[in-house]
Amino acid sequence: MSNDARTQIRTFITTKFPDVTFSDEEDIFALGFVNSLFAMELVMFIEKAFGTRIPNEELHLGNFRSVALMADLVARQTSAAVG
Amino acid sequence: MTNVGVVGAGVMGIGVAQDLAQKGHSVVLVDNNPEALDEALAKIELDCRLSRMLGGPAVDSEAVLASITAGTSLELLAETEVVIENITEDWELKSALYAQLDVVCKADTVFVANTSAIPITKLAALTSRPDKVMGVHFMNPVPMKAACEFIPGYHTSEQTKDTVRALLDSMGKKSIPVNDSPGFVSNRVLMLTVNEAAFLVHEGVADAKTVDEVFRSCFGHPMGPLETADLIGVDTILYSVEVLYEQFNDSKYRPCPLLKKMTDAGLHGRKSGEGFYVYQSMG
Repeated sequence: MSNDARTQIRTFITTKFPDVTFSDEEDIFALGFVNSLFAMELVMFIEKAFGTRIPNEELHLGNFRSVALMADLVARQTSAAVG
Repeated sequence: MTNVGVVGAGVMGIGVAQDLAQKGHSVVLVDNNPEALDEALAKIELDCRLSRMLGGPAVDSEAVLASITAGTSLELLAETEVVIENITEDWELKSALYAQLDVVCKADTVFVANTSAIPITKLAALTSRPDKVMGVHFMNPVPMKAACEFIPGYHTSEQTKDTVRALLDSMGKKSIPVNDSPGFVSNRVLMLTVNEAAFLVHEGVADAKTVDEVFRSCFGHPMGPLETADLIGVDTILYSVEVLYEQFNDSKYRPCPLLKKMTDAGLHGRKSGEGFYVYQSMG
């Protein structure tokens, strides 16, 4: 699930920014090619793609800084829904 | 707490309604399109949820939505104290609306035009209360912006100015007074800049990303003019440039054909999912 989530999230970002290279662990905001408005798009994409509603306490930039952190967030939401 | 009507559930109307509700006011949001109202409430909920993440305060989205009554009938505005109008920048639509507002609202209700280019005095003349009409040019995104242009018309009374200034103070917004003239200060400069940036893309001098990169990297602007156009709405940019052209009769305000083509094609920017750039849509 986590690898699949990583792939989907990475595909979403690289479709928008095809010229940028970054690892799954790199801070995409620190790299400077995305801004906070893109964070809003990331939230909308994740909620739609993974059929989840991210709780308010999880809605902070720290959870969206890298592909890995976003995949972890998806995994937490999915396991919470199952559990 | 003021009972405020907001007419027009587009980008600006949504922002104004949300900001007023966040600051404890009771809001009546009216649009003639029920789908636009549904989308507006969904957008307000999302923006409230994301407020903290985008550098704003934590916002209780349920409380904000509970402060907003949405509907398609102007009759809902009967008991409002202030009405803020945010409809499309189109003189025919505006003139019809102000005549109706004048009938359905109380005699002492103040009308605020959140117009970006049409003169306030001309709008006030459509009503029987020109002393109770003035302009406020809110900036987008409204809940994040700390200042606005404050534009009295020729007949606007001191009492009306005080009422509107107090409302803006309650929203945490600094009022910057400017005189009534098409486009005021901000849009007379901004719309021409965006229009010229669109010409650069249209003529193949540079693509949108490159134009914006020049403004970001060379001038230190947080956003380039074409990213800004997508945030405001490409259609709104076109209408504003057209209004400036009509008002000044000066060819320097001729709209770029690319703006017309994009507007016709539905490439209206962030709100439609695509403009000069492509976005993740809400749908």
